[in-house]
Amino acid sequence: MLSYILRRLLGVIPVMAVVGVFVFSLLHLAPGDPAAIIAGDNATEANIARIRANLGLDRPLLEQFGKWTWATLQGDLGVSMFSNVPVTELVQQRMGPTFSLAFTTMLVAVVIAITLGVLAAWKSGSLLDRAVMGLAVTGFSVPVFVVGYIMVYFIALQWRWLPVQGYTPMSEGLWPWLRHLILPSFALGLAYVALIARITRASMLEVLAEDYIRTASAKGVATLPMLLRHALKNAAVPIITVIGIGVALLISGVVITESVFNIPGIGRLVVDAISRRDYPIIQGVMIIFAAVYVLINLAIDISYSFLDPRIRYS
Amino acid sequence: MSQDAAVARNTLADFIRRNPTIVVGGVLLTLITLAALLAPLIARDPIAFEPINRLRGPSFEFWLGTDSLGRDVYARMIYGARISLLVGLSVALISVVSGAVVGLMAGYFSRFDAIVMRLMDGIMAIPSILLAIALVALLGSSVKVVIIAIAIPEIPRVTRLVRAVVLSVRDLPFVEAARSNGTRVAKLLRRHILPSTVAPLIVQATYICASAILTEAGLSFLGAGTPPEFPTWGNMIASSRLYLQIAPWTIFAPGICLALVVLAVNLLGDGLRDRLDPRISRRM
Repeated sequence: MLSYILRRLLGVIPVMAVVGVFVFSLLHLAPGDPAAIIAGDNATEANIARIRANLGLDRPLLEQFGKWTWATLQGDLGVSMFSNVPVTELVQQRMGPTFSLAFTTMLVAVVIAITLGVLAAWKSGSLLDRAVMGLAVTGFSVPVFVVGYIMVYFIALQWRWLPVQGYTPMSEGLWPWLRHLILPSFALGLAYVALIARITRASMLEVLAEDYIRTASAKGVATLPMLLRHALKNAAVPIITVIGIGVALLISGVVITESVFNIPGIGRLVVDAISRRDYPIIQGVMIIFAAVYVLINLAIDISYSFLDPRIRYS
Repeated sequence: MSQDAAVARNTLADFIRRNPTIVVGGVLLTLITLAALLAPLIARDPIAFEPINRLRGPSFEFWLGTDSLGRDVYARMIYGARISLLVGLSVALISVVSGAVVGLMAGYFSRFDAIVMRLMDGIMAIPSILLAIALVALLGSSVKVVIIAIAIPEIPRVTRLVRAVVLSVRDLPFVEAARSNGTRVAKLLRRHILPSTVAPLIVQATYICASAILTEAGLSFLGAGTPPEFPTWGNMIASSRLYLQIAPWTIFAPGICLALVVLAVNLLGDGLRDRLDPRISRRM
């Protein structure tokens, strides 16, 4: 087991190395002088030279890559072109809102999706089952900004139940924090609910057809413990896998959701960087999000053996 | 009525009953494609603006009202379908073709396999929307850049799928037989292995098409997609976001359209999967 974890941890290295090479070379793949591209259309010669020196673009390519890799490994993701503040510092300032949004979304989505998926599988073929499946297809088709604006229009603007946009840190109270996150979490969570509910239903259907479920029912195990302890626990592996795959979806969704609801998180940081051509920010956030994705999926892979003792690693 | 016609109608009714999702998705998609192709005939100029008619509600003259510059929302919505469908189809085509080539190689040549799959793992780890943002920031926004930017992160998924199929048929007797007959590798891959990947690839292509349409709209919405002067659904929503309260139609019309197209493609994909790939359909 320990050697398996160790091996998987080592497996992260090549993946992140590919991410690094890829992110680094993007800047050099673009035709023309990267410094001129970043400086924009009406940049002065001095401006371009400053950017070139700033990013080390006047050095040989291999040296640049070596320096950049070394810095990145030490947690130095460069300096913003626009504000001259280190990227890691900017990301740290924006981490709270993004983490809050991701956390509440995940919580809302997993709770709703698993409940719906279990109910749909239990009452397979019923109206409820078909409604859940319908929701799953629809939820996957409506983009987060469309759901977001529909919710804002009705719930925030027409009925005035919740704030239209913005963010309040948790230090100002739990309710003000939560109030601002309800609409964004549900809007962002919809696609995630669709994804997880669908796989929960499928996985539960398979398990519910097993002999030991029939045995449990025959012995007189009550419905709820039967569904949760006997069935859901054994249906967990595919569900957890999909939750992990969905993290990629969540990350992309966070960037858009923060723009819809004006949440000052990492997503806004990136979007604001587009028009300023602040490439170090985009580069740094790409690496951070890729690392988050890889680590979450690593954790999920390792968790399999705890969830399903049949899975053994040699 | 001739008997042939009756039989034909019977099988058609049969097909509809057995594959409701293919039919609903297909019909919806055909209608939207027709609207996109016939846009100049059924809608007025999507770019012309009349400041005097700013933010008018839906009326007989402007079916879906006008936006903040006085442009016809209905016309922009119809023209918007063009970019969405173009991006969806191009991304699906590019990523399926390149993913299939790489996947065939990776599945067949084991020496190639390890390197390629690590590469694909790395690309998959980069969030697609950030990759697209980076490319657009560097190369400037154009439809071509958006298509390439959305296609790259989809390639690993196709590669994995094709590789899995190749691994499962590579050592089956019919492939073995062809190999021992002295069939050259290129022909072996094309004639004997590629056909097994077609059904799952078609299904995958529809899902890629749906997600590409969503991503393009998201990128345009963020201002990192199709240039703002193009009438796309994402651009329409982005330019109208400040008017949500006074002119909700400017956002709801393109939004609902977007959802409908993606829904149609997803339904088509689900239906095709049930028909073409019964192994998966039983589980999902």
